Amino acid sequence: MADMLLEVQHVTKHFGGFNALTDVSLHVRQGERFGLIGPNGSGKTTLINCISGVLRPDDGRLLFQGTDITTLPAHQRTRLGIARSFQIPKPFTSMTVHENLCIPLAYTKPAHSRGTDVTTEATEILRLIGLEAKADIRSVHLSLIELRKLELARAMAARPQLLISDESMAGLSSAEVDEILAILTALNERGITIIMIEHIMRAVMRFSQRIVVLDAGRTIAEGTPNDIVRNPAVEKAYLGE
Amino acid sequence: MQWKFPVLVALSILGVGLLLTGLVENRYVYFAAYVILQYVVLATAWNILGGYTGYVNFGTPAFFALGAYTATFLMLAFHAPFLVLLLAGGLVSGLLGLGIGYLTLRLKGVFFSIATLALTVVLQTLIINWEFVGGAKGTSILRPASMLFFSNYVKFLFMVMLCLAVGAVLVAWWLEHSWIGSGLAAIRDNEEAAECMAVPTLRLKILATTISGCLMGLAGAPFPLHITLIEPTSAFNLDYAVNSLAMPMIGGTTTWLGPLVGAVLLGVAQQAATVTISSELNLLIVGVVLVAFIMLAPEGIVGLVRRLVKGERI
Repeated sequence: MADMLLEVQHVTKHFGGFNALTDVSLHVRQGERFGLIGPNGSGKTTLINCISGVLRPDDGRLLFQGTDITTLPAHQRTRLGIARSFQIPKPFTSMTVHENLCIPLAYTKPAHSRGTDVTTEATEILRLIGLEAKADIRSVHLSLIELRKLELARAMAARPQLLISDESMAGLSSAEVDEILAILTALNERGITIIMIEHIMRAVMRFSQRIVVLDAGRTIAEGTPNDIVRNPAVEKAYLGE
Repeated sequence: MQWKFPVLVALSILGVGLLLTGLVENRYVYFAAYVILQYVVLATAWNILGGYTGYVNFGTPAFFALGAYTATFLMLAFHAPFLVLLLAGGLVSGLLGLGIGYLTLRLKGVFFSIATLALTVVLQTLIINWEFVGGAKGTSILRPASMLFFSNYVKFLFMVMLCLAVGAVLVAWWLEHSWIGSGLAAIRDNEEAAECMAVPTLRLKILATTISGCLMGLAGAPFPLHITLIEPTSAFNLDYAVNSLAMPMIGGTTTWLGPLVGAVLLGVAQQAATVTISSELNLLIVGVVLVAFIMLAPEGIVGLVRRLVKGERI
């Protein structure tokens, strides 16, 4: 299929005797706003770690734009166009906000042009995300919402085609959630495909065009937000019988 | 990158050193300066891995002694010329560094540090049982009375170590100001995030361990000729592990200047204490100063000065 950006085929991952993911298959189309939901411990972050390359799946394949990326290390996947934010922000603490962005901006370039100036690009992304006022502040001094924005800004600085947002709104106030949603929508309008992992249903239902539900390491439902809220299996996974 | 100015400074330091060898005759001056310069190399080398990349290495004695014993072996077996000893020492310790680089795949944080400590013990045991280089009792090295245009060999060794120190600091300066330096800093801050932000973490870590190991080996290679009796206890001395870690910590770990300042200050203090008070006071001085700095100025002298100048908050 020509418009397929990411294909996850029969991915299985276990940690010792615990099956975190069992035969998970899904696909994300070019330009799509894709939601990934599921109760705590359902394997969402494990799946994201497999897609971004932090973990290797025990079984199954990952295709990005038709190429097999199953065995590629994470930094090479980032260069191909897969960028992610972290659920628990992981900023480069010794650097300023601006310098944080210069790392992916420089390292996604080929080796011979890594010395070139990327400061204007970094400033542009900070303006887009609404963090330019904090550019010269060391990232340890940021508040939670600023850290979340930095996570997204830094992922943007990797020049992604696919942006994975791992619970970028957890712990934020309602107004702040709207702020992050607006940022992600704006990025999507620039042509970036987005996978949103979220517990805040209001946000994920409004944002996503298509949603996949994970429960205990398996996909139990797929469809539009409207299909998902009416799906009895999803209701059972979240609320029990 | 502005490389002309640092290179000019480096060359003029070497010029001053050369001038000194023509003016001063007291052998002790060269002996003491050699030890201090040796610590500039070791501290700078340690800092490339420990300060820039965040992997704390307790194995400085292993890399240092490997360089020294490589040189000893080549002298005893082949009467190899000095330049060969030096390059071979750097090469062999660089290869050990390369191996240690792959260790970082599995061992992070304190476990990496313990592994480097274990490496020192293993290597020392091997050397103790290697009769050809003297085993536990060591080997006496006869050095020539003079070398090149230097009137005595001690002057020559001083000049060699000055070159190595200047070279090591230049390498650290270059790393810090190139794109490699920012990648190493990203690894230090958060390795997982660095990898996900397109930094080839394994390759950069291996580069850091190899350069660091190579510099330590280069510092160790002239050691048999300096000390003239090479034996495992002095070559694998714990002082090297403690000092090469404490000097950057006291000077400041995030810049090339930190280990240089720390090594010169502590090195001079240790030499002065050895002469005036007692030769056993060395490590006590280091210990006290290190504790004071970790508690009062965790960013070292360089960080402290920078903060005072900028008025930046902690």
